[in-house]
Amino acid sequence: MSTTAERVESAQGEHPIAPYLRMDRIPHIWCPTCGLGTVVKCYATALEETGLDLDKVSIVSGIGCTGRVAGYMKLDAFHSTHGRAIPFATGLKLGRPELNVTVFSGDGDLLGIGGNHFIHAARRNIDLLVVLVNNFIYGMTGGQNAPTTPMTAKSSTMPFGNFERPFNIPHLAASCGATYVARWTCLHVRRLTKAFAEALGRKGFRFIEVIAPCSTLYARLNRLGSGLDLLRFYHDSAEVRHGADTRELDMGFQEKFICGKFVDSERPTFTEAMNEHYSKILGDRYVPMTPEGGWIHE
Amino acid sequence: MKTDPRGVLTGVHYLDGDFACGEGAMAAGCRFVAGYPITPSTEVVERISRRFPFMGGTFIQMEDELASMAAVVGASWSGTKSMTVTSGPGFSLMMENIGLGAMMETPCVVVNVQRGGPSTGLPTMVGQADMMQARWGSHGDYQLIALSPQSPQEAFDLMIEAFNLAEQYRVPVMFMMDECVGHMTEKVVIPQADQIEVVPRTLTTKPPGEYWPYQVNGSHIPDMVRAGDGYRFHTTGLTHDYRGYPVMSADCQDESVRRLVDKIVLNADRIAHFDEEKVEGAEVVVLAYGITARVTRMGIELARREGLKVGFLRLVVVWPFPETKIRELAGRVKGFVVPEVNLGQVVLEVERCAAGRCPVVGVPHAGGGVHDPQIICDAIVRAAR
Repeated sequence: MSTTAERVESAQGEHPIAPYLRMDRIPHIWCPTCGLGTVVKCYATALEETGLDLDKVSIVSGIGCTGRVAGYMKLDAFHSTHGRAIPFATGLKLGRPELNVTVFSGDGDLLGIGGNHFIHAARRNIDLLVVLVNNFIYGMTGGQNAPTTPMTAKSSTMPFGNFERPFNIPHLAASCGATYVARWTCLHVRRLTKAFAEALGRKGFRFIEVIAPCSTLYARLNRLGSGLDLLRFYHDSAEVRHGADTRELDMGFQEKFICGKFVDSERPTFTEAMNEHYSKILGDRYVPMTPEGGWIHE
Repeated sequence: MKTDPRGVLTGVHYLDGDFACGEGAMAAGCRFVAGYPITPSTEVVERISRRFPFMGGTFIQMEDELASMAAVVGASWSGTKSMTVTSGPGFSLMMENIGLGAMMETPCVVVNVQRGGPSTGLPTMVGQADMMQARWGSHGDYQLIALSPQSPQEAFDLMIEAFNLAEQYRVPVMFMMDECVGHMTEKVVIPQADQIEVVPRTLTTKPPGEYWPYQVNGSHIPDMVRAGDGYRFHTTGLTHDYRGYPVMSADCQDESVRRLVDKIVLNADRIAHFDEEKVEGAEVVVLAYGITARVTRMGIELARREGLKVGFLRLVVVWPFPETKIRELAGRVKGFVVPEVNLGQVVLEVERCAAGRCPVVGVPHAGGGVHDPQIICDAIVRAAR
């Protein structure tokens, strides 16, 4: 009988996404039936499909279960503070404009403590791919209520059911000016992979919400069964409707919901707008930052 | 290395401390600034946002100070020299990511133009009551460096020192200006770029695959890399080992946190920067920093007129505290006098280092103004008894 670690050892080099992972950090800390492994697999597959220069791809996470994603990706990877992944990534991107920066974090991190940064980065159209894995709950700290917990769903701090209205996240992102907005579940492996690949090739504030099961806390507190039961629920309840009106994307408790790509548009990024504006006003006197970053590298 | 001439406004100017501070940052090679408006610091970023477009710099006005500090830490990892600017309430909000900067060992500069506190306090009036916050404000054990300029000229000169120290020690450096110096207008001489020495980022010479972000050999300060150079490194605010990987153990905590502290403490004498005036043979030594150093000179003059032998020790680098110097003096003088625009902060460090060997007389001021020099003189007379 081999240990888990030994099995992982023997799998190295065999698994198709092993080159994209820090295999020396596997096994990961996520619970069995957590959706995060699948989401990471989809993201890594998308990286492979796009053929991006991985030396120029950075990943930034905040704190929480999804906050651990950066730690497992074999990229320049930053595990920052709770809620601050987006402003950290903003500095990283503006400091070296040629970088392709992905923010990977959870619903509590990006929309609870980090909500203010989310709306402003979308408004400014900072050139970031933001992946929000939504498990409807604060997982790492033990199942507390999140700004995404559906009405009436139970959490450890709403033991009698949630009475706060949750965010309609794609609508929020679209309203603030995100150039790409999609929602998938971790059951939609091919569609999610395609969405990652597509969004990696776009510019601007690109946002993908991924619904993922938390069987350890969300499902247990709400008696929804195992992780597999949640995937079955996604299978039966997710309706794919591309281009849906984002006002119709609220998530009810165990109700049917809409997935798809809702926004795919272009508008100048923060950096493009700055360069264009300063060039117009200042002409030849304007010195933009080089793609490689500030002066010290020259 | 010599600095980038595009950031250097060579010449003789008449500038306030805030503008001079901004010019110092640009002359030091800073090319990324994130900030949020707050009195009395805003003129620093106003100056920078007007000048950056001509030198390849990017300024972004963030949504708050939490975001500003996070962006500065992120930008520093891109390799671009970075800083933020704020005052009391904003400084409080930055503490979380100053801790991240300390933990990730990220070179950057945080300017705090101090005003009266606590809370909203006296937004347009002077204070020096954030000195202990600069030292201890973020949770956990760490050490960082803090400087305090006494004039617009020093606001320029010391910004270059601040950026250089940040790079040398891979640490956030606190630039503890105060409202008086920030809003005081004086002559500022900005030299030619080829006379400004700056410390570049110490990028590793190891190839990818052989490099680990927190591996040290002999020195306490690991070599750095920047995102986008193929190292595929990992860093985290969690307690981490030499690889930058989280390790949740008391042993790893001991090793990593001790190094964060040791890299500053063991180099304290090298980082130390103070001015001495007539300290040799003095009965009483007055210790001051920032605007209070200017006022103190008059207080000392008054005491000297009464026949007292008074020395002056002006702190330029306040943290790490010049313990060696104070310990040495404590055995020789009758007493120390420590005026500051707070109700007793740096004086506590003087008391600690004097360790009961001589009296230490604090001269507190709650803020909103500076000391009456006569009060400082009276304290000197008391200490000399």
